[in-house]
Amino acid sequence: MNFSLNEEQRLLEDSAERFVRENCSLDRRRALVAGEPGYSERSWRQMADLGWLGVGVPEAFGGTGGGPVETMVLMDAFGRGLVPEPYLSSVVLGAGLVTEAGTETQKAAILPAAVAGELKLAFAWVEVQSGFDLFDVRTTAARRDGGWVVDGAKGVVLGAAAADRLIVSARTSGGPRDRNGIGLFLVDREADGVTLRDYRTVDGLRAAEVALENVAVGDDAVLGDPRDALPAVEAVAERAIAALCAEAVGVMDVIVRDTAEYLKTRKQFGRPIGTFQVLQHQFTDMLIASEEARSMTYVATLRLGERDAVARAKAVSGAKHLVGRHGRLIGERAIQLHGGMGMTEEMAVGHYFKRLTMIDIMFGDEAYHLKRYASL
Amino acid sequence: MDLEFTDELRDFQREVRAVIEERLPADIRTKVERFLALGKDDYHRWQDILAERGWLVYSWPVEHGGTGWSPVQGYIFEEEMGRARAPRIIPFGPKMVGPVICTFGSDAQKAKYLPPIAANETWWCQGYSEPDAGSDLASLRTRAVRDGDHYVVNGTKTWTTAAHWADMMFCLVRTDTEVKPQEGISFLLLDMRDPGVEVRPIVTMDGGREINTVYLTDVKVPVENRIGEENRGWTYAKFLLGHERFGIARLSESKARLAYLGEIARRHHVGGTLLADDTDFMRSVAETEIELTALEFTELRALMNAEQGKAPGVEANMLKIRGTEVQQKISGMLMKAMGYYALPHVPEAMEYGWNEAPIGPEHASGLAPAYFNMRKTTIYGGTNEIQRNIIARMVLGA
Repeated sequence: MNFSLNEEQRLLEDSAERFVRENCSLDRRRALVAGEPGYSERSWRQMADLGWLGVGVPEAFGGTGGGPVETMVLMDAFGRGLVPEPYLSSVVLGAGLVTEAGTETQKAAILPAAVAGELKLAFAWVEVQSGFDLFDVRTTAARRDGGWVVDGAKGVVLGAAAADRLIVSARTSGGPRDRNGIGLFLVDREADGVTLRDYRTVDGLRAAEVALENVAVGDDAVLGDPRDALPAVEAVAERAIAALCAEAVGVMDVIVRDTAEYLKTRKQFGRPIGTFQVLQHQFTDMLIASEEARSMTYVATLRLGERDAVARAKAVSGAKHLVGRHGRLIGERAIQLHGGMGMTEEMAVGHYFKRLTMIDIMFGDEAYHLKRYASL
Repeated sequence: MDLEFTDELRDFQREVRAVIEERLPADIRTKVERFLALGKDDYHRWQDILAERGWLVYSWPVEHGGTGWSPVQGYIFEEEMGRARAPRIIPFGPKMVGPVICTFGSDAQKAKYLPPIAANETWWCQGYSEPDAGSDLASLRTRAVRDGDHYVVNGTKTWTTAAHWADMMFCLVRTDTEVKPQEGISFLLLDMRDPGVEVRPIVTMDGGREINTVYLTDVKVPVENRIGEENRGWTYAKFLLGHERFGIARLSESKARLAYLGEIARRHHVGGTLLADDTDFMRSVAETEIELTALEFTELRALMNAEQGKAPGVEANMLKIRGTEVQQKISGMLMKAMGYYALPHVPEAMEYGWNEAPIGPEHASGLAPAYFNMRKTTIYGGTNEIQRNIIARMVLGA
């Protein structure tokens, strides 16, 4: 047992911390998310130069190798910096799916460009009725003229407008909630029949509703088995959940740190409010919750390589549940302890709280994962 | 003992319900129900309607334009307002400064300020909190220095809800720095159009602009605008807190929100299941409904005690604590019911009459911002920590 990073991972952590220190002031984020495309292309290139866009991608395709721990180190830092760049959507999900399900030809065509920062990906899995079930897919893909035609609508597609290619889950056979009969299709964002309705999310990121009408793609656009891509989606979703937990833990650390600072400096009744026992205890609960969340994030991250699917799923759902539940406690208490100041757009804590709240929703909230855990 | 209202009260309830249902404009009802943006004009239209019958200032004595309703009738009225999805009455004039003027104001102050509040012609805001005086309100530093027949007021008031809509502000100012903090405070009425008054919005984390900071620079306030005696302002402020004792719990609004959540649950599918068939979800709805019932009857018991002339205890503090916690809980449940569709943030979609197709379910927009906005409820009006301190002090003598 060992919870220390190795030398290379420590260097990665150092450079991620430096990146956040130099690029991620709240003022800069405000300006970025208010403008177009909602993040910094310069930061994206910097991430490419640092090799971060190649984490999890095999070296044969330009990747830097590494795995869940490297992703965790980066996402933790991105949480601290509230990084708006589409790392989760393009790298963890997009490149992750291509690596997981693509043919050698597809990998060679997509991954080197993605790793170099020249091509972005986004994964379209949500539908208006789907809830958190990855297999609830009504968008269809049908055979036509030796290729496929994709029809339907995808919702809340993170990073869609920034992406060159969308990876769309679509039904090739079976009923709307069958686990079988789901395929993954690479669709050009600018292809005929693809319409994006782009918007900001509550936490300052970008997503879109994507309409797909008679979108024609070739066989080379099929990622993995067109009748059985769900296992690939689930595998990548588990990695994304671990990554989101790591991001949440970074967010929590900042919230806990800022709250401690506020309790030490804000004075009422002639003394720092952190000297009041009731606030001390509330703060202590936040601190404990953040440490538990970090522990569960380690468990989920390190169990991603576990062959036993149930043990892996328990680790992942357990972490997502606890991070969601404790995230809410930490965020809500932090606002309360900041008093009126916590309600303002001016203070950082509200921005972190909003991100934490939205992380809970991604890939299933605490209630969803509690149920999933119980069913395992 | 009897859980039911008397026949007279039930008649009263029917009458109030009929009037509200008939007169509440449909667009305003929709805005309230869906957490859409309410403008000044919306409140104006609705409060004009209430003012026709004296209902805007229902708690005032009849001689000043009120209704003479008992506390329980007032409760029923608020209940019906929530049930119908009517906007709340903006409390600063009708429910806060009005009763203070009724009780402590001079005849001239009554004649000048009460009729336009009752007629919905002047709007007020509350100048209590300051950047360094929040929970420790008595440490406030806005200074009022006597200069002939005026006070010259300098200082900063903050978290001032609706200051940008207000004609007048009632505020607490320091008139004596030599005595104990509570003993050197006076209660002044200040015209927001006076030179030296500057209102700047505070943007809240949900994107809202309902609160403000009010900068007061050499504002000249006539001495005749002081309520009661100099340096007795803390007493009047405490009376005011006692007067609007239970309203801050907003139980009727919570009941309406919970009913709305039930409606959504009956038509919203998540992952193949109707939300209303999700036992985990419905369990938390049921828990909340039971909590609300407990609070409702706690409030009614307190009101009956008040009608029987019993001295108030700590019910108002209890109701503030639990009522706001329930408000927050419901706003969280509404947001979470939307799943991924809590994420899109399109401010235009929160305007009534936005004529584009909704993003996701029609009722989704506004629910996440409402959840973030509701965090204020356990902070304002005396934080829940302060409320617990008060209860502990009263009960334990600690």
